[in-house]
Amino acid sequence: MKPRHKRMILIVGALGVLGIATALVLNAFRSNLVFFYTPTQIANGEVPKNKAFRIGGLVKAGSLTRDGITAHFVVTDTAREVPVTYSGILPDLFKEGRGMVAQGKIGNDGQFVATEVLAKHDENYMPPEAKSAVDQAQQTARTLKP
Amino acid sequence: MNHSLVNWFKFASPASFYPLAGRLIPFFTAAAVLLLAAGLWLGLLVAPTDAQQGEGYRIIFVHVPASWMSMFIYCVMAFWAALGLSFNTRLSGMMTSALAPTGALFAFLSLWTGALWGKPMWGAWWVWDARLTSQLILFFLYLGFIALQAAIDDPRRADKAGAILALVGVVNVPIIYFSVQWWNTLHQGASVSMTKAPSMAHTMLLGMLLMALAFWAYTIAVALMRVRCIILERELTSEWVKKNAME
Repeated sequence: MKPRHKRMILIVGALGVLGIATALVLNAFRSNLVFFYTPTQIANGEVPKNKAFRIGGLVKAGSLTRDGITAHFVVTDTAREVPVTYSGILPDLFKEGRGMVAQGKIGNDGQFVATEVLAKHDENYMPPEAKSAVDQAQQTARTLKP
Repeated sequence: MNHSLVNWFKFASPASFYPLAGRLIPFFTAAAVLLLAAGLWLGLLVAPTDAQQGEGYRIIFVHVPASWMSMFIYCVMAFWAALGLSFNTRLSGMMTSALAPTGALFAFLSLWTGALWGKPMWGAWWVWDARLTSQLILFFLYLGFIALQAAIDDPRRADKAGAILALVGVVNVPIIYFSVQWWNTLHQGASVSMTKAPSMAHTMLLGMLLMALAFWAYTIAVALMRVRCIILERELTSEWVKKNAME
């Protein structure tokens, strides 16, 4: 075996060990790397108690009501729901049926009081005409269902 | 063993790579200019408005290609670093250091355009989610590589130290790429990936790919220019450089 082959094997081996080490570290910190919790995780009690955290999910259609600058809405992951109140300006992309992430605390009454609300959008980009065509197709599919 | 048409080992010598790089530069420069013009025209003027984000989404034509490039350049640096460490070739180290500033530029562009995009769409310039944080680490890895190389006077030792940093840092690249799948992040998933059909309108996708190709051509042209400077700097005392200077 030539010395350069030895060095090559050494490099590949070292990278492999490093990769495994990184994977183990990331796995250990898994819970800390989560940017937000879903309503289901909150219902299962996976959320730190008495600490601020972030909740993420879809804004339930028809749930948004405004009372002055305070907004009330329901966050859902289609399985569980959490009611949220927020006083402040909502981002432009914040809409019913769309994604959002809010930071705050959950009260004893189960209400999530947000201090910051961010909009989360998806990875689909299409012109408005295509969007309305997709929406229409989904609507038709829904009405066709028995 | 070596029966291929091109003897690649010939170009591992700086003396024969220097003129080759010089011949390639004009070609890649022209390609970069043409592709950039086509990509910007398609992206900014032809591509349709987005249904969700309106005109604001158009920053994608810089943001995504820059992010791809920043990750890819780091992989190329790691490749040259591994080659340099195992074959002890001088040119590999020079290529690694020639690529680093451009990689840092693209990592910075990715973070900066991302912030400009995040404020109007998400409502925040910056959040500490897994995608954004790992991309910031990539930017710091580039800066660390440049600083480490500059701190060591002997170029061969600087190359070795830099190569180790480049190789260690490469584990961060898959973390960036898969962060949006592995963890809950504010950043959305990939619109274009190997495994599924792209979730974008055709003209948008084409504009983005043209911009990515333009960045490729730019990177190659700039890296070759930079590597020529590095070769001259380091080989200043060698016979062929003196001969070149005389001509």
